[in-house]
Amino acid sequence: MQQLDAKIPDGSLAEKWDCHRMEMKLVNPANRRRFNIIVVGTGLAGASASASLAEMGYNVKTFCIQDSPRRAHSIAAQGGINAAKNYANDGDSIRRFFYDTIKGGDFRAREANVYRLGQVSNNVIDQCVAQGVPFAREYGGLLTNRSFGGVQVSRTFYARGQTGQQLLLGAYGALSRQIAGGQVKMFPRYEMQDLVVVNDQARGIIARNLITGDLEPYVADAVVLATGGYCNVFYLSTNAISSNASAIFRAYKKGACLANPSFVQIHPTGIPHYSDHQSKLTLMSESLRNDARVWVPKNSGDKRPANDIPENERVYYLEEKYPSFGNLVPRDVASRNAKQQCDAGRGVGPTGRAVYMDFSEAIKRDGRDVIARKYGNLFDMYKNIIDQDPYETPMMIYPSAHFTMGGLWVDYNLMSTIPGLFVLGEANFSDHGANRLGANSLMQALADGYFIAPYTIAGYLAEADLSDRSSDQDAFKESLQAADTGIKRLLSINGKRTVDSFHKELGRIMEDNVGVTRNETGLNAAIEKVRGLREEFWQNLKVPGNDRSYCLNLQKAGRLADFLELGELMAIDALDRKESCGGHLREESQSEEGEAIRDDENFCHVSAWKYKGDGVRPKLYKEQLVFENVELTQRSYK
Amino acid sequence: MSQIEYISLTLKVWRQPGPQERGRFETIPAADVDPNMSFLEMLDALNEKLILEDKEPIEFDNDCREGICGTCGAMVNGIPHGHGRGMTICQLHMRAFNDGDTIVVEPFRARAFKVIKDLIVDRSALDKIIQAGGYISVNTGGTPDANAIPIAQETVEEAMDAAACVGCGACVASCPNASAMLFVSAKVSQLALLPQGQPEATRRVLAMLKEMDNCGFGNCTNHRVCENACPKEVSITHIARFNREFLKAGLFGRSSVEAR
Repeated sequence: MQQLDAKIPDGSLAEKWDCHRMEMKLVNPANRRRFNIIVVGTGLAGASASASLAEMGYNVKTFCIQDSPRRAHSIAAQGGINAAKNYANDGDSIRRFFYDTIKGGDFRAREANVYRLGQVSNNVIDQCVAQGVPFAREYGGLLTNRSFGGVQVSRTFYARGQTGQQLLLGAYGALSRQIAGGQVKMFPRYEMQDLVVVNDQARGIIARNLITGDLEPYVADAVVLATGGYCNVFYLSTNAISSNASAIFRAYKKGACLANPSFVQIHPTGIPHYSDHQSKLTLMSESLRNDARVWVPKNSGDKRPANDIPENERVYYLEEKYPSFGNLVPRDVASRNAKQQCDAGRGVGPTGRAVYMDFSEAIKRDGRDVIARKYGNLFDMYKNIIDQDPYETPMMIYPSAHFTMGGLWVDYNLMSTIPGLFVLGEANFSDHGANRLGANSLMQALADGYFIAPYTIAGYLAEADLSDRSSDQDAFKESLQAADTGIKRLLSINGKRTVDSFHKELGRIMEDNVGVTRNETGLNAAIEKVRGLREEFWQNLKVPGNDRSYCLNLQKAGRLADFLELGELMAIDALDRKESCGGHLREESQSEEGEAIRDDENFCHVSAWKYKGDGVRPKLYKEQLVFENVELTQRSYK
Repeated sequence: MSQIEYISLTLKVWRQPGPQERGRFETIPAADVDPNMSFLEMLDALNEKLILEDKEPIEFDNDCREGICGTCGAMVNGIPHGHGRGMTICQLHMRAFNDGDTIVVEPFRARAFKVIKDLIVDRSALDKIIQAGGYISVNTGGTPDANAIPIAQETVEEAMDAAACVGCGACVASCPNASAMLFVSAKVSQLALLPQGQPEATRRVLAMLKEMDNCGFGNCTNHRVCENACPKEVSITHIARFNREFLKAGLFGRSSVEAR
């Protein structure tokens, strides 16, 4: 088993980033205009990286599949963004941010990256405020914080329940300024089809104009993927409809390693599944758990309305089991417990797959107005979907696929195993280990884009040998041809099943076997079933229309083709990791109470998979995780 | 949600194969609609049926399906996003309709919004207006500590009301002049309220207004339908603040300040 080198700089944890910045070569301001950088994706990571690189003087080409860069799925993040400011004066520090994140990730993240995240977190908040992001404030005019799961301090900055929207509009503003100045050329409604690798370096992409259907080659000196996560492999997830894995998966097929693909965050507070026609799951922000109590009826099969169930016939299972963290345990723990309660027959709602999240005590304590000011938009959203008023009756919630900790493997510089290919935000794997803490993903995406990648990309450009262009032409021609063939193949099947019907079936396989809990039998079954489904897909798919005009079904078919391979890889990875950690719970490795039991002796590593051809088992590379600054303990939130 | 009572509808949907081609309304029956579906899920189900019948599905823009990305949008019975108040079309649920209803669905109409296909329109003009100045010009790094600038809570709340705009274009589609004034004023107002936005206040309001004109949007003549159509209920008081900013820029702004 080969080892991957994360290129972690020497020095103490606190000095690594500083020393590394000093050691990295710089590109002279006058020379920067000679370099072209492609950024794919305009969420928090992509927009902030595009803007920052353009401000420094590089020529940037930025691509997004949406009609405007402002619509990337970061916009839907609700609750907040963490930073180690310690404005709340409750004992927070960079060290504590680091520790909480490492522990929350169940000791499967890289120490050096996480510490750096804490270090730059404060700059990110300053940056956002300077851009005019309207974070919530105290009466005195200073910023206010709230608390999120898995921590005991208040370090979360927020803008009502629309934090992601406001942060993204800040980054979009910065990007728009660079577009106006000509330093960024923006390509909306373009989808990356392939990564072009020349002489083992990432040198460009093939992108498809979604309106005309044209395939177009774009050349660059470095390529940045900031294309988000792949939760839509579950079909029903909290992700936007267009969120997909294709950019990272095609990079994987060009040789980039895909790390910990089975690490998925199933968020505990989604609105439960309610209809067969349902197209997505809607999240109720984790911040709600600050003011809510989660419970189920004590007696299984209790069908009375929530308000008719007396206090002594309710089980506040999180508060009972985890007295010190209570309702604010990390997401993986909360999700698992909700599933356990439902498996034990105590679930509520029409399907029995839901638990109550009750605000009555907070409304009594603080008044309806205060609660409405904090969470009004979420309550409205819930009422609109479920047709019940959460001010009057408790919300019903159930775990929903939400975030993928796995992603393309990157070193300390956020560079993948393909030189010149950088991966930022949710698309990489680096900072969250086996479970992400709430409000850490917005921070990671912005930290990567504003304050990390702009330095490390410069370091690469300054040293890389980018002179040899001899084989450029062939590599681009080949990729163009392959992309065209792939599209034509999808259109030519002309079978009897729609994209969505295949996707729904894949989602069910994944949810049943690679979801909140996993076991060997289920994972083996999932691999077989996904393979079978993939085979049927290529024989029986029906895509209407053609490739010369806007055709959403064709786009979806291409993305699903990748999900059908990724789903298998996720199961392979989950099967290989015979321990439980964070969101990855192997039933064979749990305590009697259902808590995850890690196996540090055999699995204290990142699993990075390298593509070896269709139908061939990918090759496993490992990055051994070294913990010098924290002691490996079994997590306890009791 | 116990016993589902399905409803049947007749849709009159705008079909247009491409930007250069002529469009027309097509009548499509939609039977057995689950009232718990969202409007877009109803269209999904209809599209599944059309595909299996070898017909082209109805193309429509959508993404987050929780009312925040601003991607979706269509006229439902002549109203942007339909008759649900304070919501985008993805949040409109079929329980808001009755069995036997006829529903007319067409794209947002405005000179600045060209139809791409069926219900999909090109709203890149809104991006162009933001590019003209809808931001605070700060580079990455070197910004002061976030708490160095105290801002009154009520001020920031008002700025947040304006910042809630999702850029969907419903205000434009509802306006008899196809003006983007509510959209423009929301951004101008947000940044005018905040101390960080002051240094560029004059240039911003002039540049954004000029770009709105360039893009082919009409002027505001106080019809006020935009705030009713807005899925985020952005108030026209922001237009009033825009007007004050515009006046201030005219009276006190240096004449050399020209839109870039």
